[in-house]
Amino acid sequence: MKAAVLVFPGSNCDRDLAVAFRAAGFDTTMVWHKDGALPEGVDIVGVPGGFSYGDYLRCGAIAAQSPVMRAVADHAARGGPVLGICNGFQVLCETRLLPGALMRNSGLKFVCKMQQLRVVTAESPFTAGYAAGQDITLPIAHHDGNYVADAETLAMLRGEDRIALRYLGNPNGSVGDIAGVLSANRRVLGLMPHPERVVDPAQGGTDGVALFRALAEGLVAA
Amino acid sequence: MTATVKATVTVMLKTGVLDPQGEAVKSALGALGFDGVSGVRQGKVIELDLAAGTTEAEVTAMCEKLLANTVIESYRVEMGA
Repeated sequence: MKAAVLVFPGSNCDRDLAVAFRAAGFDTTMVWHKDGALPEGVDIVGVPGGFSYGDYLRCGAIAAQSPVMRAVADHAARGGPVLGICNGFQVLCETRLLPGALMRNSGLKFVCKMQQLRVVTAESPFTAGYAAGQDITLPIAHHDGNYVADAETLAMLRGEDRIALRYLGNPNGSVGDIAGVLSANRRVLGLMPHPERVVDPAQGGTDGVALFRALAEGLVAA
Repeated sequence: MTATVKATVTVMLKTGVLDPQGEAVKSALGALGFDGVSGVRQGKVIELDLAAGTTEAEVTAMCEKLLANTVIESYRVEMGA
């Protein structure tokens, strides 16, 4: 089981994400943004949080154009799973691997706190370790997490059960309290909360463990 | 010196997309006593120096691929400005 964690200039959750993958049993490699290919045999790609390229132009916009993202798009097109967290979610929206966009928080402030969330669907390799309707607590830390999509896209996401997580108590103005969305094939997840920051009791929570464990178990089964 | 042409790209949030920064500027103007400001929208202006002969269609392609996120933003291109 191999995971690749992308590293952009300004990524700052890349090592946390690698620790979480390794704890779940993944052989994990860091991949620099200028690499045009993923390591041989990579099962899953993690796009980490942070401030890639200083959030210049728009959050994730420059990272979306980097050579490694073309390789990630190819991986996703083959049905390979991709997990984008926080800035990684923004990057996946900018590459159009996920629908919608993430705007400045409606309250304009950077929000950094533990956030209650509801798992909306367990039908994905990421959320299979939770029950649909289960409430979990994950940290959030972002300035631009205000999820926006047009009415047609929202209807599609609802109709196809592609909303993975919703906020309980909306911290940023996201439409429909949406905190995470899945791709049409359910193999790409983008979410603003940070499951990789709660995988060990020493971090003050363990609600992120089930996500990484489900990924590991899903890939072993497959 | 190589001849160049200038282009100016204006990127704005689409109508109907709430602009939290514009709203904050509006309320700050009100707090300063500027009454009658009924709307503020904040966007960005991008100035490009381009090789002579660059077409508006090429600048439009730049907008579509990078300069604007057309999910939430609209853009306007002015050549030679």
